[in-house]
Amino acid sequence: MDNQRRKFLKIAGASALAGIGAPTLVKLTAGDALAAAKAPADGHGAAAKDHGPEVPAGIRLAMVIDMRVIAAKPHLLDKAITACNEVHNIPDFGGDRKNEIKWLWKASFEAVLTDKSYTRLSKMVQNTDFPVLCNHCENPPCVRACPTKATFKLEKNGIVAMDYHRCIGCRFCMAACPYGARSFNWQDPRPFVKKYNNDFPTRMRGVVEKCNFCSERLALGQEPACVEACEGAITFGDINDPHSEISKVLDKEFTIQRKPTLGTNPSVFYIV
Amino acid sequence: MYNKKTIIPGLIIFVLFVTFPVWFNGLDAGPVPKPEMPQGGQKECVLPADEMRASHMQLLNEWRDDVLRDGGRDVVTVAGKEYRKGLQMACMECHTSQEKFCDTCHIYASVKPYCWDCHITPEAATKKKETR
Repeated sequence: MDNQRRKFLKIAGASALAGIGAPTLVKLTAGDALAAAKAPADGHGAAAKDHGPEVPAGIRLAMVIDMRVIAAKPHLLDKAITACNEVHNIPDFGGDRKNEIKWLWKASFEAVLTDKSYTRLSKMVQNTDFPVLCNHCENPPCVRACPTKATFKLEKNGIVAMDYHRCIGCRFCMAACPYGARSFNWQDPRPFVKKYNNDFPTRMRGVVEKCNFCSERLALGQEPACVEACEGAITFGDINDPHSEISKVLDKEFTIQRKPTLGTNPSVFYIV
Repeated sequence: MYNKKTIIPGLIIFVLFVTFPVWFNGLDAGPVPKPEMPQGGQKECVLPADEMRASHMQLLNEWRDDVLRDGGRDVVTVAGKEYRKGLQMACMECHTSQEKFCDTCHIYASVKPYCWDCHITPEAATKKKETR
């Protein structure tokens, strides 16, 4: 009897030791093998990945807004907003802040670039309305918040898009967006749309909407409506392409983004 | 069998009750809907008529996902004719009337799709023009 118990304890102890030790052993030996296999495929290896900026891949559409042009010709901004509203069947609630639907709108410097100092602002900045729209962030918080994947980032071009068919109107995305770029349809927007653009739908009551970087126009090879209406105040293009017009502008001018400290990495840049 | 006298009449009443919708209309499903054909005289659609009849909803969902999620906004070419993907941009270009085309079957089959909550019918568009 005692002999058997002794044997049992020995086997149990050995098994326990093997069970605890085996994963560590596998990790130690296989880890080296994995790293060795991975290193040549990576090129620069793990070191480059951990340090320094990520190498951009794919298309990332972005916008540079030149405030010097808009300050000189403020009517351009009104023109751009009207163009956007007409193209996307955006309702006009006539100053009703609760119902208001905004894709592209105006705001003051203090409201737009909140983390900049404004002890002494230049006259130009004080007197000029800034155009604001969805920033199409590289790391969009709205997409993380959406429980139905109704809002998502298009891997093809970096646009943060909406699928209104899927939106359940929970407004988590509105809470998540640090830029206030999303609007909720508290009521049926149709009676408040002045004129329909027949190639674009309206929205229905109970969905959230926002700027789509004119995806539908880009597909036809056109520029976004605001860019077209602004006559050069806004540059649009792929910032991952070093030869694009927008890359040249970004190389030349000093630009700022909204709330960069949040780490969302917006795709809308301002030259002030 | 126990309680034959209550079970059998009970079963008969149950069967009659369950099949009420069938026999109440005299075994007739009512007049078959006749959706209006395109006024422009178009004969071809993106798929043969019976396939469209059976699965236009799947096709519309596929188009929706292509356009919105995969950025596939390319045109569909069938028999030399180009169609843009979309209810508003393809279907309702020919089938201009929601009431005379879409609704005829939808009402008959008692389905209530919410397409037109957002998508604009040509009728709605002209009405908007008149009122403004």
